[in-house]
Amino acid sequence: MSYTKLNMVGAINACLAQELEHDQDVVIIGEDVGRDGGVFRVTEGLLDRFGPSRVIDTPLAELGIVGAGVGMATYGLRPVVEIQFMGFIYEAFEQVFSHAARMRSRTRGRFTCPLVIRTPYGIGIKAPELHSESSEAVFCHIPGLKVVVPSSPYNAKGLLASAIRDDDPVLFLEPSRLYRAIKVDVPDEPYTIALGKADIFQDGKDLTIIAWGAMLHKAAEAAEGLDAEIIDLLTLKPYDEETILNSVKKTGRVVIVHEATRIGGYGAEIAAFVGEEAFGYLKAPVVRVAGPEAVTPMAQLEDEYRPSLERIKKAYERTLSF
Amino acid sequence: MPLTTIEEFNIKRLQVIDEAGNADASVAPDISDALYKRFFESIILARTFNQRAVSLQREGRLGTYPSILGQEASQIGSALAFEDSDWVVSSFRETGVFIASGYQMALLLRYWMGDERGMRCPDGLNIYPMAVPVGSQIPHAVGIGIAMNYRGDKKAVAVYFGDGGSSRGDFHEGLNIAGVFKAPCVFLCQNNQWAISVPRSRQTAARSIAQRAASYGIEGIQVDGNDVAAVYKAASEAVAKAKAGNGPTLIECYTYRLDDHTTSDDATRYRTKDEVEQWQRREPLIRLRLFLEKKGLWTQAYEDDITNKALAQVDEAVGVAEAMPHPVTADTILYTNKELSPRQILELKEHGG
Repeated sequence: MSYTKLNMVGAINACLAQELEHDQDVVIIGEDVGRDGGVFRVTEGLLDRFGPSRVIDTPLAELGIVGAGVGMATYGLRPVVEIQFMGFIYEAFEQVFSHAARMRSRTRGRFTCPLVIRTPYGIGIKAPELHSESSEAVFCHIPGLKVVVPSSPYNAKGLLASAIRDDDPVLFLEPSRLYRAIKVDVPDEPYTIALGKADIFQDGKDLTIIAWGAMLHKAAEAAEGLDAEIIDLLTLKPYDEETILNSVKKTGRVVIVHEATRIGGYGAEIAAFVGEEAFGYLKAPVVRVAGPEAVTPMAQLEDEYRPSLERIKKAYERTLSF
Repeated sequence: MPLTTIEEFNIKRLQVIDEAGNADASVAPDISDALYKRFFESIILARTFNQRAVSLQREGRLGTYPSILGQEASQIGSALAFEDSDWVVSSFRETGVFIASGYQMALLLRYWMGDERGMRCPDGLNIYPMAVPVGSQIPHAVGIGIAMNYRGDKKAVAVYFGDGGSSRGDFHEGLNIAGVFKAPCVFLCQNNQWAISVPRSRQTAARSIAQRAASYGIEGIQVDGNDVAAVYKAASEAVAKAKAGNGPTLIECYTYRLDDHTTSDDATRYRTKDEVEQWQRREPLIRLRLFLEKKGLWTQAYEDDITNKALAQVDEAVGVAEAMPHPVTADTILYTNKELSPRQILELKEHGG
């Protein structure tokens, strides 16, 4: 097998090219995805290679783009929609919640919506307001919608391929902080990574750490020197209950780390699940390290807003002290 | 030349058959006697169904229902301009479109009884589930149109919405994108003058909804929505244009909702009896009947006969709908995703699946 050293931008680009190659029904639509190759260059070169009927620059209209994506998907295509930043997705929320995610259900399977919405998410690139949102929990609450967050170039490529081939809508959240942060060997051949399966990022026995996206790397850094098992959730919904349970049964201690605000954050779901299903195994309360109840700040304060190494370490220590 | 005119617009209104049942030969489309009779019979059938649906709601046998009374010509005249292989994207007040397009009335009843199985479009038809959030369906038709172009399918897509829906962002983004991509869409605005209690004048300061097409670089026309021939003519031309690759059209069907917004509404709270009575004189069946009579295509016996047939069809549909077994709870989970997650499988078991 041959490999190429790629960052996440390159890996996603390679995946998109392969899926466009593999299936004539795959089309890319969004703002600046064509001639400009996307503001992060994720779709660079695809217009030249596949032409304007498959890599479609649209008017500036998030609702319209996602809504049109719903129509294209029900007609039989596999549109991959790009929303330029997660902070701009809200205009399209109704299209996701009220149409894409429930098309199969409300037509009892006659019409389906194999739509992928890709969007950069999270803090990390010192961008203007509303360019650093991490509102994954809002979307995880939508029945019918899958939510995926890669953490490396390798899993980004395989997960996106699965998302595009999935017969239901998938929100694919790309941690912008990781776009160019890590370069690894990525197989040149197409491959898929199953949705709904977590990855054991690191084996351990004293503590289970659950994280995803960019925070995974910070949670791992904070765990240096500990015998911690680190679970990279990868698919937030549906999440891999089995991998979490097996780990909790082994360690009895759980810390969940995420960037998004704490109240109603996705950590609440994971914590509640562990409490319901593994209460008897717990040696310590399940702890969340999350953003405060405050809007995501602009560039100057974003590092302070993100859970710091110190805060994360303190949470690990607290959990281990029981 | 510091000040020049860069564009001018000219928005037309089309009426073929006037309220007295006279057709204007200069604009009359080439419609066969058989098709005129089909219009009449479809309007009778849709009206019969509609009346029964309202009665069933009053008897507690149907949930909240939005009447189409008065809008039948707008719905049937447009629906019959499309073929089965075309697509239809609709709002929730489109009973006439569904019936004219061949959707089973029993399924419509099931839907309004609160059963999702009623919106499982039969194979062979491409009718989207009716959209409840007003106007949110408009972009779907645009995507369908783009997909038709992508596949090289010579098809068109009808999309229905109301005067209220035209105020939403979906309308703007949808028509704008459709214009840019020359999507084969026929935008059918059912301007029935009232969005629940808010009159058309509160939806836009523009003189017509049709003229809003101009700002998207597409053609717009207003038709007398109570004149089935005018609606059919405009829709047919728009369908032909779409299939020829010449892009979308906005058709404003100028009509009137004679009933309440839904069976839960009381329209006397916001509009006068006089206004409703004026529109009752303009309703679509009266003029079509007069027109057919002048052509020698109508007799009382003919109307009685088709009315009886319509009643029998509706009776049968009610029978079929009411005899359908209760839906199963497990279906709500089963149809959420193609492949259920382990959690959904557990929940399915909890709900009897």
